[in-house]
Amino acid sequence: MSLVTDPNLSDADGFYADLLAAHRELSEAESAALNARLVLILANHVGDRAVLAEALRLARVG
Amino acid sequence: MPYDYTPYPYVAPPGLSAPEARKPVVIVGAGPIGLAMAIELANHGVPSVVLDDNDVVSVGSRAICWSKRSIEIFDRLGIGDRSMEKGVTWTVGRTFHRDKEVFNFDLLPETSYKRPAFINLQQYYVEEYLIDRAQEIDLIDLRFKNRVAGVTQDVNGARVQIDTPDGRYVLEADYVLACDGAKSPVRDMLGLDFEGVVFEERFLIADIEMEGDFPSERWFWFEPPFHTGQSALLHKQPDNIYRIDLQLGWEADPEEERKPENVIPRIEKVVGHSQFRLDWVSVYTFQCRRLAKFVHDRVIFVGDSAHLVSPFGARGGNGGLQDVDALGWRLAAVLRGKAKPEVLERFDLERQHGADENILNSSRATRFMTPAPGAERMFRDEVLRLAGSLPFARTLVNSGRLSVPCVYPLEGPDTEALPAMSRPGSVAPDAPLGARWLIDRLGGRMIVLAIGCDIGPVDGAEVLQLEPTREIRARYLGEADHAIYLIRPDQVVAGRWTMPDPAWVSATIKDIWEGRA
Ligand SMILES: Cc1cc2nc3c(=O)[nH]c(=O)nc-3n(C[C@H](O)[C@H](O)[C@H](O)COP(=O)(O)OP(=O)(O)OC[C@H]3O[C@@H](n4cnc5c(N)ncnc54)[C@H](O)[C@@H]3O)c2cc1C
Repeated sequence: MSLVTDPNLSDADGFYADLLAAHRELSEAESAALNARLVLILANHVGDRAVLAEALRLARVG
Repeated sequence: MPYDYTPYPYVAPPGLSAPEARKPVVIVGAGPIGLAMAIELANHGVPSVVLDDNDVVSVGSRAICWSKRSIEIFDRLGIGDRSMEKGVTWTVGRTFHRDKEVFNFDLLPETSYKRPAFINLQQYYVEEYLIDRAQEIDLIDLRFKNRVAGVTQDVNGARVQIDTPDGRYVLEADYVLACDGAKSPVRDMLGLDFEGVVFEERFLIADIEMEGDFPSERWFWFEPPFHTGQSALLHKQPDNIYRIDLQLGWEADPEEERKPENVIPRIEKVVGHSQFRLDWVSVYTFQCRRLAKFVHDRVIFVGDSAHLVSPFGARGGNGGLQDVDALGWRLAAVLRGKAKPEVLERFDLERQHGADENILNSSRATRFMTPAPGAERMFRDEVLRLAGSLPFARTLVNSGRLSVPCVYPLEGPDTEALPAMSRPGSVAPDAPLGARWLIDRLGGRMIVLAIGCDIGPVDGAEVLQLEPTREIRARYLGEADHAIYLIRPDQVVAGRWTMPDPAWVSATIKDIWEGRA
């Protein structure tokens, strides 16, 4: 399995809105903590170390 | 009752009055590793002189957790039963965050092994038992109050200068084993670097004696209510002694923290009362470091002198015993001329691999406990928070991954048909053998296990025929109906086959003695 970078979200705009909604009214620190939890939860869902390594690399490059 | 530190007698060594005959092996240090080394060599018929600058066992408990693998090694050293009788057996660990248990583990849910996952036994008892055993063995010459002041070597051997209360003398040896601990003076004498990291954190380690009804389990807290913001550990030892570790922060003043008037209130908060006696206290900063290599011609580093880990995971003493196990049979064979000196390079590679695994695990646990400010701290805290409700997050909580032997990177003959747990490089798994145990039949020499088949005589090894019982099937056969295993003198699997051919096995044995495997 390799990291999916082609469009894969079933409703991209809808997801983006949900992501913002999840952060609404949070302080910067609370938002950062939420993101940390989100990363952990999604990482577990992905599971595959190679895919995660590739995702980390892409995120780091920015 | 506090442990009785009766000093062992010093006897003026013969070398003070006349040069002594050259020794095959001189061991520097009578800690657990030097003592185990001497007994292991004696088991292989090799005499040694053991030198220690001190004359009492380890002051303060230090190591308390001894792994299943170490107890198996203790069995061959002759102190297994005694350690089991005295030790506190445990397999369960619980991890708490604040006041809630987030996670627990059972290290050895199966009971069909001779030895349990862990026992807790104070280091001073282990040393006492090893000294008692060493003193029964004629091949071991144990010398207290003999401080090694200098080591030099050339291609033929090493020279050791020794200071005693009666002056200095010299011993010549084929090999010097530096078992002189974390601060290893021999390392300095050879001018060797000790590479790695020091963790900027202080831990208060205390042993207390109390009548308690805490179970024989390892309890670890992150941010407990009784020790705000830090971590804590409570673990039972024999004689109603409990080990308590408290993380203090980097700013803590070690001198101040060691004082009973500061220690006692902290411990009262952990145990909830003041009915205890303080047995031993120390404040530590932990390090994970190792020598780049352990074999330096005629001087070989074993135990803490070679590698250091933080104690979360109990990989220090247990790792050192595995060094002893990997070195003894090889060095004995080199001294007897049975093996080429290249086999010592194999020891070096295998134990560097083991040390790296121990350092990796210990560093990760220590980092989880002492996260750097910023992202590291944030991920740590959020993992703990999620661990309360989401099972996956519990696997990320790291209060120490407890010592298990590494699998050596052997390229021994293998076949995929057989189970992973007994692949070449692994310690041969134990299994019941009627009323006895397989592990007791292995070790000390090359052994061929012929499981569910015949192989006939094998050159250079003893053959042990085994019926495939339920456990032997699960641990050695998997789906196959028969197999041949070659087990080294340190009980490590060297190779395995599904076709019984004595020539293949003999070829592997030859590779081992010639340092190719
Ligand atoms: C708080 C703490 C908790 C620990 N918990 C565990 C645990 O639960 N499980 C575990 O496996 N490990 C544990 N360890 C690690 C364990 O204590 C060490 O790995 C172990 O003591 C190493 O044994 P050693 O024989 O290599 O060194 P040491 O025990 O340090 O022995 C070295 C010996 O060499 C002698 N010596 C030094 N210099 C000279 C000289 N110049 N001449 C002659 N002799 C000399 C010393 O006197 C000493 O007797 C813990 C350590 C600490 C500090």
